[in-house]
Amino acid sequence: MSGVTLKSVRKTYPNGAEAIRGVDMDIKSGEMIVFVGPSGCGKSTLLRMVAGLESITSGEISIGERVINDVSPSERDVAMVFQNYALYPHMSVRGNMSYGLKNRKMNKTEIDKRVNDAAKMLKIDAFLDRQPNQLSGGQRQRVAMGRAIVRNPQVFLFDEPLSNLDAKLRVQMRIEIKKLQRRMDVTSIYVTHDQTEAMTLADRLAVINEGMVEQMGAPMELYSDPKTLFVASFIGAPQINLIPVTYDGKTLNNGDLKLAGFTNLPENTDLVLGVRPDVLTHNTAGQFGLRVDLVEQHGGENLVYGALKGAKNEDGDELEICLKGGKEMLPSLDESLQLSFDPATAFVFRKDTGERLI
Amino acid sequence: MKRVQYEHSPIPYLFVAPQIIIIVIFFLWPAAQAIYQSFLLEDAFGLSSQFVWFRNYSDTIFSGAWLQAAGFTIIFSTLVTFLSLGLALLLAVKANEVIQGASTYKTLLMWAYAIAPPVAGLMGNLMFNPLIGDLYGFMNAVGFDFDHKLDPVDASFVVILISVWKQVSVNFIFFLSGLQGIPKSVNEAAMMDCNSSTRRFWTITFPLLAPTTFFLMVINITYAFFETFGIIDTTTQGAPGGATTTLVFKVFQDGFRGADIGGSSAQSVVLMVMVLALTVIQFRFIEKKVHY
Repeated sequence: MSGVTLKSVRKTYPNGAEAIRGVDMDIKSGEMIVFVGPSGCGKSTLLRMVAGLESITSGEISIGERVINDVSPSERDVAMVFQNYALYPHMSVRGNMSYGLKNRKMNKTEIDKRVNDAAKMLKIDAFLDRQPNQLSGGQRQRVAMGRAIVRNPQVFLFDEPLSNLDAKLRVQMRIEIKKLQRRMDVTSIYVTHDQTEAMTLADRLAVINEGMVEQMGAPMELYSDPKTLFVASFIGAPQINLIPVTYDGKTLNNGDLKLAGFTNLPENTDLVLGVRPDVLTHNTAGQFGLRVDLVEQHGGENLVYGALKGAKNEDGDELEICLKGGKEMLPSLDESLQLSFDPATAFVFRKDTGERLI
Repeated sequence: MKRVQYEHSPIPYLFVAPQIIIIVIFFLWPAAQAIYQSFLLEDAFGLSSQFVWFRNYSDTIFSGAWLQAAGFTIIFSTLVTFLSLGLALLLAVKANEVIQGASTYKTLLMWAYAIAPPVAGLMGNLMFNPLIGDLYGFMNAVGFDFDHKLDPVDASFVVILISVWKQVSVNFIFFLSGLQGIPKSVNEAAMMDCNSSTRRFWTITFPLLAPTTFFLMVINITYAFFETFGIIDTTTQGAPGGATTTLVFKVFQDGFRGADIGGSSAQSVVLMVMVLALTVIQFRFIEKKVHY
């Protein structure tokens, strides 16, 4: 097995659009890296550059010690699982899985062995002689994974492989992919826009925004120590509460809302306070009030949405925030709740650069 | 099993009536006429006719001229079909790879579609004119002793060339849309599985184009059998010595030039049966090998 190294990789399209603007990354052998970001951020492009399906404008990508910039996709020793499965519709499941091996002139007994082993592992051995159009979405996904596994590559590439499945199957396949990757111990790159998928699958996460890696690290590190406003708002569900504020030397202010306990912040600068829904607590001696608009019951926990009293958002409307509580937390509509939080658990960002200050 | 029966309204019949009427007037009625006349023998002036059973059939089928026409038709249709399909596929694959100026390129390739077969024939006639024809001059300049007025092979070359040229554009359009119907990700998956682009073409692209190819083959054989009449009539007119006479052209010659209504009707009935058999074979045996 070997790792993947990206050195100041760039991608510029002929029309001048910059898809990837200088990415450096060092993926260790056997590691599972997830690229996560909003649509159009360049995460798929970056994956396809590793696969060889997009050219590299400048920089260098290497697998192990080998620079693969000019190596054709089939000779990079990588296997890819596509979003819409991309099975060959005219071949049986067995044909789909063995196609890549036949083209590599592997002998027939070895091909059969690998296909049968992979099929057994993925529980598709009963369908080996079926055509792809006779399979369900979940089964097709397994065949697509099987096609990658039999190749026994140095690197697995996953391009949003679960986004065409229904919610229940997605969770199930997510767990299977993780187990499979652990067992096979193959370096993997996984692209998704779903932050839950990203958090649960990744050894390390790379949050990508506008063609650059915003922050890279273990999932919990990104959750509890985001370097930028973008990372803080992208990681975590429900989303972090963001409150536009200014600092006057003593308190953070937004209209009538005044929050004490913050020091060493620039004055007369637009700031953003970030508070995770789960660090907000309900107590009678709270620092600020919330007018309840909606309660979502998720079974084990409840999410309370409401307007923050005295504060306004950028458009001058009511500022909606979210609070996570236990299942006993059941306020009625329009009820006022007093809330507080420990300032040490909150983040403060500069609004213009997105840089985190506290 | 008992099906639920609803009361039928006559309106649907009204809607299909125009189509039915057209089929009856322009196909069933003439076909019936042809079958009836194929059993009759007229005198030279068309004043009387007598019922001769299958004599018209035996006379035509066992005549050397008919066998020659049948032989030419088979060679001609096979060559026209394969050449026009092959060329169109090649052009479509290449056009599909073009990124810059793709639409201009495609429009230029589709142009010939708008030309009617007789017009194509007239154009070919000009180009192969012994006095002013550029292609005639070219063929002789590069060393062939080319004379399509005298040499059967040269004459066949002319009609095949024009027929193929006329048909390539239609095939090109269908192949191109077939190629564009293949999902991009399937091609990409193949790129990761197979390094040779030739092998990728024959193992992935071509099998996925099979429905298009099958459809075009049926269309092209029909074209070579019937529609090329216009091309032959405006170029060689079956000459030299009947070497470029197709079965359809012979039906026309015997019936309208030779005034042998009975014989020509018998030929057209035979032709009809042949095409029917060909269609059945195509759908029975080839369609089974096609993945939709």
